[in-house]
Amino acid sequence: MSNTIQHNTNKVITAEHLTKKFGHFTAVDDISFEVERGEIFGFLGANGAGKTTAMRMLCGLSIPTSGKGFVAGYDIGSQTELVKRNIGYMSQKFSLYDDLKVWENIELFGGIYGMNDAEIKVKTDELMKVLNFENERDKRVGSLPLGFKQKLAFSVSIFHSPQVVFLDEPTGGVDPITRRQFWELIYDATSKGITVFVTTHYMDEAEYCNRVSIMVDGKIEALDSPKNLKTQFNATSMEEVFQQLARKSTRKAD
Amino acid sequence: MKQLLSFVQKEFHHILRDKTTMMILLLMPIIQIILFGFAITTEVKNTQVAVLAPTNDEATQRITDKINASAYFDVVDRIHNTNEILPIFRDAKAKLVVVFEDHFAEKLRHTGTAHIQLIADATDPNAATSFSFYANNIIMDYQKELMAQKTNPYQIRPEIKMLYNPQMLGAFNFVPGVLGMIMILICAMMTSISIVREKEKGTMEILLVSPMKPIYIILSKITPYFVLSCVNFATIMLLSVYVLKVPIAGSFLSLVAVSLLYIFVSLSLGLLVSTLTDSQQAAMLISGMGLMIPVMLLSGMIFPIENMPVPLQWVSNIIPAKWYISAVKTIMIKGLGISAVLKEVSVLILMSLVLIGISLKKFKIRLE
Amino acid sequence: MLAIEVKNIAKNYSSEKSGKFIGLGKPFSDNDTRVDSDTGIEGISFEVKKGEIFGIIGPDGAGKTTLFRILTTLLLPDQGSARVNGFDVVSEYKSIRNCVGYMPGRFSLYQDLTVEENLNFFATVFNTTIEENYELIKDIYQQIEPFKNRRAGKLSGGMKQKLALSCALIHKPDVLFLDEPTTGVDPVSRKEFWGMLKKLKDQGITILVSTPYMDEASLCDRIALIQNGQFLKIDTPKDIISQYKNKLWAVKSDTMYKLLNDLRANELTKNCFAFGDKHHVSMDNDKLTMDKLREELGTLGHKNLDIREIEPTIEDCFMQLSQV
Repeated sequence: MSNTIQHNTNKVITAEHLTKKFGHFTAVDDISFEVERGEIFGFLGANGAGKTTAMRMLCGLSIPTSGKGFVAGYDIGSQTELVKRNIGYMSQKFSLYDDLKVWENIELFGGIYGMNDAEIKVKTDELMKVLNFENERDKRVGSLPLGFKQKLAFSVSIFHSPQVVFLDEPTGGVDPITRRQFWELIYDATSKGITVFVTTHYMDEAEYCNRVSIMVDGKIEALDSPKNLKTQFNATSMEEVFQQLARKSTRKAD
Repeated sequence: MKQLLSFVQKEFHHILRDKTTMMILLLMPIIQIILFGFAITTEVKNTQVAVLAPTNDEATQRITDKINASAYFDVVDRIHNTNEILPIFRDAKAKLVVVFEDHFAEKLRHTGTAHIQLIADATDPNAATSFSFYANNIIMDYQKELMAQKTNPYQIRPEIKMLYNPQMLGAFNFVPGVLGMIMILICAMMTSISIVREKEKGTMEILLVSPMKPIYIILSKITPYFVLSCVNFATIMLLSVYVLKVPIAGSFLSLVAVSLLYIFVSLSLGLLVSTLTDSQQAAMLISGMGLMIPVMLLSGMIFPIENMPVPLQWVSNIIPAKWYISAVKTIMIKGLGISAVLKEVSVLILMSLVLIGISLKKFKIRLE
Repeated sequence: MLAIEVKNIAKNYSSEKSGKFIGLGKPFSDNDTRVDSDTGIEGISFEVKKGEIFGIIGPDGAGKTTLFRILTTLLLPDQGSARVNGFDVVSEYKSIRNCVGYMPGRFSLYQDLTVEENLNFFATVFNTTIEENYELIKDIYQQIEPFKNRRAGKLSGGMKQKLALSCALIHKPDVLFLDEPTTGVDPVSRKEFWGMLKKLKDQGITILVSTPYMDEASLCDRIALIQNGQFLKIDTPKDIISQYKNKLWAVKSDTMYKLLNDLRANELTKNCFAFGDKHHVSMDNDKLTMDKLREELGTLGHKNLDIREIEPTIEDCFMQLSQV
């Protein structure tokens, strides 16, 4: 972990009245929440509820129309470069370069985050061992099965030991066993102090999270641990909680 | 029939709604014509000339006077030493230096041969080509005068010192060239991209799984670009006749007929490209690199085919634009009828048959 | 008569033969439709009865799309034969193209055409009109009709899905092929979508649908679990669950990650996976009772232990079958 980071706060993500408008359309409508260090924070919502927009703001890719946000101790409005340096990002849509070899991808992303060659080499060896990928090291990523790719993509996204990692629907389409192995990697990352901010459409995955927020029409309608949410909504599963909340949506087409 | 019409209508929606691309396609011919017509001017007027005549005799005097008298040139300086040539160019005092041989008139009289060297400032190569060419003509003119007076033929050998020799870009030359290029661009590139886009987006899957006949898919992809090409043809014609004052010397109908044939060849090329690839990017590269660049370089549009190395001359024969440009020049500029371009027309017909044959055969009714 | 009859179909992709132009890969695009098109299938056989909802369930890359493309006549099988609605997929492909509806993976609509224009276009492509079969799509189309002048690209995921389904249904097909219609769609829209499928089934349309979401299996009449180009099992969801080979226990404690590692470390554990807020464990039940396990975990320091026997889900079955 980079040594310049201030550890004086335990809040890794703070959003205060974050709002994003596109013309007359309010994609994200005054949301506030905090995420603690080492937490797995589930960010749920129907398609078009504003999840992606909110996540983009937190990653420093989009400037909020109003409100404030701090990620890893930096202001997402004015310190976007520092924010980006301290976060990792992975999505199902883009993860790695298919035409580069496994180690080339790792080297590339390590390089992008300013790690030196020796550090990259040591950590690559370690990673290959942990993932049991030693035989795949010289293979092109495009030739690997999807499950391999996703595990690798996640490992690459936390390769530079960011404070937070943002995962945008990371497990779409993977077989159930790989999906579980993936979540075990996430658990492992949090045990090393990395905070995980994750969106998913699998409601059973929401149960893995320490806390879950559910967005409806740009607002956060519920935020608590899965257990409390189930009690609160008198439901047996997160699926039911979600169905109850998301049905309230009036935003039909985004 | 309704299927086809509805498909064509959809294609027009795609084109009309993509405002940027449409503007580019419609404005490109106008911009190219204006660029070639005005920005890249090759007109020569009052070009400054310096003369170096070591022996000032009646022949050098006569030639210098003739040059000075022409509207193209002004003799601004007389120099006496070859060392002075470079400073003249450097200080931009003159664009052309005429260098006579020692004892020019004497040599001409006794041996029948004398040399003149024309040294041109080729910073603007096209202009340099033009004015050296004019100067050359003036010297030839003088030679003719001499021949008329005397019985023995004298020969003056002007030697133009310039390595750069592109074809003179006059409006008469580039109008056919622009036509040849725009058609390939719109027909081949745009058609192939629009077919490949359906493959890329996955809509082709639905179309193939429908009872729609593949030939309908092809026809409706071709139609809008055919129309667009006709619009561009009209634009270029109007601009060249009314703005650039290039007359259509021959029959307008023959010109249209040849152009329609060429559009058809280009469309078939586009179809062929679309059968080769599944990605828009590749379609663009193939039509850009594989079709546009050869058209620009090998069709005779910019560089005259006669000046190319023999192997390239061979290659130029398979480029449809070469035949089209040659036919357009014959009809539009030389004013000859369709009978004068039978060779070009038959080559184009042959090409279109081969291309359409291959692409229809290769057009897939499945995904593999 | 059977709606779909597949006998020992196989399709192999050699890496050379994927039809790509040399050196140029596919550019990245959001609408990537070829998610698992490069995966082959090996020796698949199954039958779908008329009016059935048959689910092909498995992860990306299992060969679902390849199977769909063979059945919709877009690909030729290397071996085996298949009939759709009584027509052979190779020799009678034209007849099949007249009587099936197909919704390829992700949404294949024209983003720059409006909702109505898309529907109209697909109607004419299939030689029909919206009016002719309006009854069939009415329920679905009415939900998007208020936006009929909106471009398809500007619709939300759920709406696009409804439009795509309307387009696939517009010619009243006998068999409907839906390749991953719910991928990337939120749970609410997914539930609605399955509701629509039920209604279509009631109108006598046979539906072959693929999905990577295991929880959707119970909504099908029969399912096939697919992995690596092979079917693991074909049966009704109920029978697949009843054939689960072990007792399954759901285990919970205050320290879940440690619990997972401890359970895995137990030599009597056959398999153990995290399932939301519980872990699902199957153990060698001859040698270990529930009480014994509770005791053992208690000595390892687990607080608030909760162990109970549960009915397996399709996902448990899939994992057990795929591990053989």
